Amino acid sequence: MARQNTGAGENRGAIRNRGRSGENGERLAQGLGWFSLGLGLAQIAAPGEMARLIGVPDDDENRQMMRAVGMREVASGLGILSQPHPEGWVWARVGGDVMDLSLLGGAWASDRTDKERVAAATVAVVGVMALDLLCGRQLTEHDADDASAGRQGVGGRDHARSVEDQRWSGAVHVRKSITINRPPEELYRFWRDFDNLPRFMTHMEEIRKLDDKRSHWKARGVAGFTVEWDAEITEDVPNERIAWASVAGSSVHNAGSVTFKQRPANRGTVVEVEMRVDPPGGAIGAKIAKLFGKEPVQQVADHLRAFKQIVETGHLTRSDTSFALVRHPARPPSKLPEAVEAELRTGTYQGAKS
Amino acid sequence: MRATCWMGTKDIQVRNVPDPKILNPDDAIVRITSTAICGSDLHLYNGFIPSMEKGDIMGHEFMGEVVEVGRDVKKLKVGDRVVVPFPIACGHCMNCESHLYSVCENSNPNAWMAEKLWGYSPAAIYGYSHMLGGYAGGQAEYARVPYADVGPIKIPDGMPDEQVLFLSDIFPTGYMGADNCNIKRGDTIAVWGCGPVGQFAIKSAFLLGAERVIAIDRFPYRLKMASEQGGAETINYAEVDSVPEALREMTGGRGPDACIDAVGMEAHGMGLIGAYDRAKQAMMLETDRIIALREAILSCRNGGTVSVIGVYGGFVDKFPFGAVVNRSLTIKAGQAHVQHYMKPLLEHIQKGDIDPSFVITHRLNLNDAASGYSTFLNKQDECMKVVLRP
Repeated sequence: MARQNTGAGENRGAIRNRGRSGENGERLAQGLGWFSLGLGLAQIAAPGEMARLIGVPDDDENRQMMRAVGMREVASGLGILSQPHPEGWVWARVGGDVMDLSLLGGAWASDRTDKERVAAATVAVVGVMALDLLCGRQLTEHDADDASAGRQGVGGRDHARSVEDQRWSGAVHVRKSITINRPPEELYRFWRDFDNLPRFMTHMEEIRKLDDKRSHWKARGVAGFTVEWDAEITEDVPNERIAWASVAGSSVHNAGSVTFKQRPANRGTVVEVEMRVDPPGGAIGAKIAKLFGKEPVQQVADHLRAFKQIVETGHLTRSDTSFALVRHPARPPSKLPEAVEAELRTGTYQGAKS
Repeated sequence: MRATCWMGTKDIQVRNVPDPKILNPDDAIVRITSTAICGSDLHLYNGFIPSMEKGDIMGHEFMGEVVEVGRDVKKLKVGDRVVVPFPIACGHCMNCESHLYSVCENSNPNAWMAEKLWGYSPAAIYGYSHMLGGYAGGQAEYARVPYADVGPIKIPDGMPDEQVLFLSDIFPTGYMGADNCNIKRGDTIAVWGCGPVGQFAIKSAFLLGAERVIAIDRFPYRLKMASEQGGAETINYAEVDSVPEALREMTGGRGPDACIDAVGMEAHGMGLIGAYDRAKQAMMLETDRIIALREAILSCRNGGTVSVIGVYGGFVDKFPFGAVVNRSLTIKAGQAHVQHYMKPLLEHIQKGDIDPSFVITHRLNLNDAASGYSTFLNKQDECMKVVLRP
């Protein structure tokens, strides 16, 4: 009881403090919103002038790019100004900044650009990005405070529950489903054999069976970092449901389940994955991961889609661009990854990672 | 191999690129003997379809000879002559099993991109942007054909390429446009657009039992083909005050029983409304100009069907939805489920009901693809359909 009081007291202080940071964040967001809108409109209305301003040649391609970037600016500007909780739009601006920096990086490499102007533009983008990050951070922390204040507000919660909540602070909750044109027995059997998981969990570096219940997982994270943990099956209902959780002491705390439910009248089987993941770096880590397309919701969605492709068609869907690590035109790749070559040569199709 | 590459808006070049390889065990490689430029390729040419990359290989209407098969391919063998349908379909998902091949759930590896724009992703299409799969197209010497046992149809010896090539897209597309009209004896069908798909829609409407077909366009040579080859009555929209009024008078004050939009997103309009849509599209305030579709909706009889087979990409403006609701109209649309129609339409060709080669006006070597695109776009030299031979 004493513990709980202390906790609540600390929290009230924190709310007061961060209340100010939330207000600052919102004011900053408004400013960034108007900035986005103005910049975007200028880019759409006068793409040629804007291209020259940042030192890139005023040609069709750059004008098109400038208009596209302008549309994005207008969208995020409107998003920030019109939404009661503009946090997501502010983080979208950070994503836009990253994109702009990569475009400017391309301009550096080109010999048709005015380097001084490109440099000035790069400095400007870095400056704005710092503001965007600051703003996003303030709003994000403010939201997290609101959420925890809400939890504290319900006084009657038992101790175990609040410990559970703390353990999952910053956790991402994911629920995703897909409908597959196969019976639940077949899908359960495929999923239950952990040797099959790497075939469709394409974001995973490695999934290794330790014994019938336990497995070792290694995931690729943002910017080349990998995270590893051991997981254990906590529930196993044949043809219906498999649940798992990371074992005590794991660096990435996660737990989840997959259920297989047959729909009537040949409508296939609904496969639903539910997961809670505590991403490294907490809520902010999750936001940054999101910018790089590695957020858990997207990963689970990708895995389910790949699972469906493999069980329905026998393999992952591959187009001419599926092996390219960077943007690649839709034309045959000049070289295939060695794993794919080997698999096609020997006929041992393993559905290697794309 | 040589391939027709999209290098930017209105910039098509034939370039040397790597040969395609088998990437999955149910792939086949086809050596292309004939391929065509589609009206929908002009939307790419004009830069109206997002997610094209410099260097993409164009083309989704092609046929040829199987030169290599993956180890899981059962129905095709090396040496077979095949026509390849433009939507890429797995044959195993629920939609494929329901013959809705152009909305296959598995064939688009970039489904997430299409989902951002359209909610869910349709099937992938050869040579038609990264949002629709990033698959190399067929205006080339060779193409990789995924799900080889599902899509390609074998062509018996003795049938020339030109008779069967259009089973890949425009004949089934025009046919589905008419099929979606649920035509009954005595029906009058109006068709907007007398390009190749419009021509096939006209012929198909008659094959399906229409009494009259009224064709609408502004190019005299296209209207002439509609009337002479297709047996349609015609309206030149540049010469009448109002297409809906003209149709009302031609149908005893009731309107056509069904209207087919074979025009799509780059419709041309006369006068103020045409200028309005052009301006909005140029300013990127709407992606698609729906002049033909608006007319089709306003012209259709109460309780009738508007069948849309022209390609639209994004968002439209001033859509007369009040007319749809209050007059009990049915709108049916879709990219053609080509795999569903290929066999019966091949039989129509074999029986002599139709010879699809009537639309061909230009035969070029693949090397001249760029001039083929500009001739087709500008409707020079009474251009109707360009066939390329590698």
